[in-house]
Amino acid sequence: MRPPLRAMVLAGALALTAGMANAQSSVRIGMQLEPPGLDPTAGAAQAIDSVVYGNIFQGLTRFTETGAVVPALAESWTISDDGRTYVFKLREGVTFSDGTTLDAGDVVFSFTRAVAPDSQNAQKGLFAQIEKVEATGPLEVTITLKQPQGSFLFNMAWGDASIVAPESAATNATNPVGTGPYVLKDWIKGDRIILTARDDFWGEKPAITEATFQFISDPTAAFAAMMAEDIDAFIGYPAPENIPQFQADPRFQVLIGNTEGETILAINNRQPPLDDVRVREAIAHAIDRKAVIEGAYYGYGTPIGTHFAPHNPAYVDLTHLSAYDPERSRQLLAEAGYPQGFTTTLKLPPPSYARRGGEIIAAQLAAVGIKVEITNLEWAQWLDEVFKQRNYGLTIVSHTEPFDIGIYGRTDYYFNYDSPEFRAIMAELDATSDPEKRKALLARAQEHIARDYVNAYLFQLPLLTVARKGLKGLWANAPAAATILAELSWE
Amino acid sequence: MLRYSLTRLASLTASLLVASLVIFLVLEVVPGDPAAFMLGLEADPETVAALRRALGLDAPAPVRYLDWLGGMLRGEFGLSYTYKVPVAELIADRLWISLPLALYALALSTLIAFPAGIVAAARRGGPADLAVMGTTQLGIAIPNFWFAMILVLIFAIKLRLFSAGGFPGWGDPLAAMKALTLPAIALALPQASILARIMRSSLIETLQEDYIRTARAKGLTPAQALWRHALRNALIPVLTIIGMQFSFLIAGAIIIENVFFLPGLGRLVFQAITQRDLMVVKNVAMLLVLAITLVTFAVDLAYAAVDPRLRRR
Repeated sequence: MRPPLRAMVLAGALALTAGMANAQSSVRIGMQLEPPGLDPTAGAAQAIDSVVYGNIFQGLTRFTETGAVVPALAESWTISDDGRTYVFKLREGVTFSDGTTLDAGDVVFSFTRAVAPDSQNAQKGLFAQIEKVEATGPLEVTITLKQPQGSFLFNMAWGDASIVAPESAATNATNPVGTGPYVLKDWIKGDRIILTARDDFWGEKPAITEATFQFISDPTAAFAAMMAEDIDAFIGYPAPENIPQFQADPRFQVLIGNTEGETILAINNRQPPLDDVRVREAIAHAIDRKAVIEGAYYGYGTPIGTHFAPHNPAYVDLTHLSAYDPERSRQLLAEAGYPQGFTTTLKLPPPSYARRGGEIIAAQLAAVGIKVEITNLEWAQWLDEVFKQRNYGLTIVSHTEPFDIGIYGRTDYYFNYDSPEFRAIMAELDATSDPEKRKALLARAQEHIARDYVNAYLFQLPLLTVARKGLKGLWANAPAAATILAELSWE
Repeated sequence: MLRYSLTRLASLTASLLVASLVIFLVLEVVPGDPAAFMLGLEADPETVAALRRALGLDAPAPVRYLDWLGGMLRGEFGLSYTYKVPVAELIADRLWISLPLALYALALSTLIAFPAGIVAAARRGGPADLAVMGTTQLGIAIPNFWFAMILVLIFAIKLRLFSAGGFPGWGDPLAAMKALTLPAIALALPQASILARIMRSSLIETLQEDYIRTARAKGLTPAQALWRHALRNALIPVLTIIGMQFSFLIAGAIIIENVFFLPGLGRLVFQAITQRDLMVVKNVAMLLVLAITLVTFAVDLAYAAVDPRLRRR
């Protein structure tokens, strides 16, 4: 009896080590939303980038965790003195996962496709300044801009500017072919996406060879899955109320960072009486941000005083312009001719920050005499009623695109804000490449909208990540929606 | 029997046609544009228009309705707006979870309810009856999502015997059944409670019929009378309830699917509605109508099989 028993123990031990070795090179990541497709150049869903950015698809440049822009598929570049011509030198030996080699023609194809009239690119604006894209060598691309654009390299780092190949572009949504270190292995729709490391990857081989993205939309289910260790990390953990419990549990680590989401109380700048800047200022002073953050997000979240991310080096803290001051609020309302206040609408999309925050803000506004009628909307209704038809007074929403202060220059945007001065600042910014001058212009832009009280600025949406101890390389902040698997490893 | 089946079949077809029109019209008036939803807050209006054209949303409503009907008759259900894969494929994938889950839950609830109901009826007023009545009262009162969370808390988080959710696929049938076990129990509890009570009351009623007394007078024991004569007649209302429960289990498992993050049909519909993936919504709605009418049809035929008097009508 002895030898077989020993053999069994040995086999068991071997199986155990094999299992452990497996655990070391694979990771299971929980996320709330499932991407509708896997083509980052067609569709606005952040979940697309959360899965594919840097993993399956790469662009000329890329974001790092701090939001800095560094070379990716472009090894280096030169910019002409007038700031209009960019010459990118592509990395040599880069291949797509279908075996084809990356060349300048792919870059030309990708950008021509993105600006075409029938393009379904959700961020067409990124390419708006491109006059022409030419392949000036097998691995050299020359891009000429209509006018200098300081943010061009930044724009090229977006997932929407990923480089795709003409052979595979049409089917990328379901069968993605990119230059990144991973390929799609399996997609059980509604449940999980499995990526696996490419054997023929042209760069350094990543430590994680297989990654599973598990989609769990329900906060309670997310808690259970994490607690049962069914998943190794949950990025964008949806239940802030559980965070202290994870912090106290030695099995887990908790990362609290920022997203690019400026959460604002958006105001319809054309609807009376909200078209009066004094009324908008009164609204801003009526709001106690601390209470809103406490109620909407259990205290996680950085107060903001303008439409800009606090972790950005160019951020200016302008919260003092809209400090909580109900007395000043009432005074401003009286000056504007509404000593008794007025009634307006507050239309809330589904996220809990909006629904919970909306109740608190309604109470705070009521305290200075502004009565709001709350309507809860689904996202699709919100997009139609608020965003498209602009049939609203107030709404709460988080603007999650990075560096999106430019929307205040769009007169067709749902804020209904129209300021030639602001547009002039943005035009100047677009034409400026010098970092210090850009920073000064950005400060002016931030202050301009803060002093116009276009919207009431609430807080930067936090990014909560819960993970098992030992998983390293997770991004605390999300300068863009991304889960860079190649940077992950187990201790 | 044939004429009975044919009339049933005709009313089935008529209800399907009416249902298709209602579904289409309701989705026409619901606000929200799938293209706007997919492109988010920064997209150009012209990009949205391009996507609407690509999705075929710019055609007039009657044309789209007839296209849809024609497609369904040919077995084509169109492409999902969001996933860009055939709707039929999406639904089929989800049915591979929802259908087994519903059957599993139905089997569990029947296995629990029949014996419990029969025992309670046979020993009416005794301790067994009281126990069954008490437990089923509790089973109906407890919301199933709450019960599901308790199951997760005990079996997944504390004891680590099951996963907290998810579905590994049918590649490993044992693992798949295991993943469906907690959800099936959560779904079966209230169903079993209702079914046991119906079984009990229906059986008690038939046990008071004249023909049972006659059977007893012929010398059958109470148990023989129950098994040979009462049970068969008591089954008619129970079958109706099982039919209704089955439709409910396929369509109504949304909450349980959310708790256990199972990619079932309920969650597909829920997601499709929020994303305005109208192609998926209308086809799944149609499929559910079809399933429910078919189940009703099957139950009608089962009545006829159980009760010969119905066949002659």
